[in-house]
Amino acid sequence: MIRKFLLTLGLAAACTTLTAQAETVFVTLEKDNAIAVVDPIAGKLLKTVNVGQRPRGISLSVDGKLLYVATSDDNTIRIIDTTALKEVGQLPSDKDPETFALSPDGKKLYVSNEDDNLVTVIDVAAKKAVKQIKVGVEPEGVAVSPDNQWVASASETTNMVHWINTQTLEIVDNTLVDPRPRALTFSPDSQQLWVTSEIAGTLTVLDVKTRKILKTIKLTVQGVTAEKIQPVGIVIDKNRHFGYVAMGTANRVAVINAQTLAVEKYLLVGQRVWNLAFSPDQKRLYTTNGISNDISIIDADNQKVSKSVAVGRYPWGVVAKP
Amino acid sequence: MSLLHFLRAMWGIVGRELWRFIQQKERFISALVRPLIWLFVFAAGFRNTLGMAIAPPYETYILYEVYITPGLIGMIQLFNGMQSSLTMVYDREMGSMRILLVSPLPRWFLLICKLIAGTAVSILQAYVFLGIAWFYEIQAPIQGYFWILPALILDGLMLGALGLLLSSFIRQLENFAGVMNFVIFPLFFMSTALYPLWKIQESSALLYKLAMYNPFSQGVELIRFALYGQFNQDAFIYTLAAFITFIIAAIIGYTPSKGMMTRKGGE
Repeated sequence: MIRKFLLTLGLAAACTTLTAQAETVFVTLEKDNAIAVVDPIAGKLLKTVNVGQRPRGISLSVDGKLLYVATSDDNTIRIIDTTALKEVGQLPSDKDPETFALSPDGKKLYVSNEDDNLVTVIDVAAKKAVKQIKVGVEPEGVAVSPDNQWVASASETTNMVHWINTQTLEIVDNTLVDPRPRALTFSPDSQQLWVTSEIAGTLTVLDVKTRKILKTIKLTVQGVTAEKIQPVGIVIDKNRHFGYVAMGTANRVAVINAQTLAVEKYLLVGQRVWNLAFSPDQKRLYTTNGISNDISIIDADNQKVSKSVAVGRYPWGVVAKP
Repeated sequence: MSLLHFLRAMWGIVGRELWRFIQQKERFISALVRPLIWLFVFAAGFRNTLGMAIAPPYETYILYEVYITPGLIGMIQLFNGMQSSLTMVYDREMGSMRILLVSPLPRWFLLICKLIAGTAVSILQAYVFLGIAWFYEIQAPIQGYFWILPALILDGLMLGALGLLLSSFIRQLENFAGVMNFVIFPLFFMSTALYPLWKIQESSALLYKLAMYNPFSQGVELIRFALYGQFNQDAFIYTLAAFITFIIAAIIGYTPSKGMMTRKGGE
């Protein structure tokens, strides 16, 4: 009986280890023209795979089998098999794709074309651009609401968020935000849109229904000058308990209570933290630290940075695959 | 003489020292104020707000306060070791040491008891300091607070033995100022307590060597690694060797026929 119990326990432990080990983190390395493959549990860089010129935005397909990587200087989005780590196709992103967003059903991909002031809509299955939407000057961040109703695009120079209806693919409304909006993300319940403004050092929370500003949060770190606070990437957990904002050259991730919209603490990570991604179980958070050439792993339960792992030059985007 | 005699004598000395420490509230507070001022004031000035470069045992970016904490624990033990040496000199001047030394137990044993007593006090101080640091957001993994204990014992013994050795040289209490200038300050400043070795190397190769071979550095590194659940073998061997050397020298120093005692006219 005891033996049986121990055996079950052992098997369970083995399974847990296996599942835990199965997680893989992919990081685009802007300067190495490659993606880094990291085992986040062991905290080790497994390998680096060349993908194309200046890879930045990265996303995982809905089934987790494919990676979409924006190779900006090649003017294309490459499709990479996550197991074989080989290119299996390309998507016509038009010029200089930096960031893009995949619709929740995985059917459409929205790309920001910074130089042409466009958002290119791509039919993923057909691998064809279906529309180009004129937006403000220098569009950067782009996000699709989890309920697939809205695409939000932020223009860095126009300082605006453009609300695009996913059915008509037309701009319905615009909201003026703080200077140089860089990244945006919808809350998992599609009720809010969070936007970071790089120059202002703020996070603006918008109400999706009214498309008006709910709150603007000024991010400050004691001892860090205001110009170093350059918020970029944002993630919000699935229960909307906490949101995390990468603060660029302040080398911090702000932990924000997503209910009260108050900053709870700042976590010290590597230099010029750019983007963030959750582990599939949302127990960990990965940050790309552009200047220190590493990623930091944050234990989301304890809200503590557990490790930083060197990955390669200029880590930019990050995704985690189960 | 039975083992009981030894144990009773040990408990007598260790218990007296701990009791004295707890009773003397001023001493307890002043022993804590020193490292806390370093932590809250000195470290605040060198905060490294944007993070210090990663070096083992740290696995990610840290603030200077986090770096300096093991160094300050080392400082607690260093001052404690020197303080016990000060009390030895004081006891000798006051004549109370005679009571201790007329005991039929061997002198080396009494010295070791004194050493254990001093170390126990320093460990108590170190844990209280770590407790305060915890609330200042300097938090190591929980198991680190357990692993640090053996490191504290060895480091405390090593620095205590150094204090004993020095006390065998000091004739008068007034000379203790010399210990401050010629022992405590160089040991503390030429170590990894305040700055990592790689940073010292950037400024001076000689200072780097001195800091590396400074037994106080090795003790601090042993504590630093232990606090993060890691065992620094080199630091352990070095600290252990330093302890053995100091204690043997101190025992010789306190032996009436051989050591410094004869030169000083005996005790």
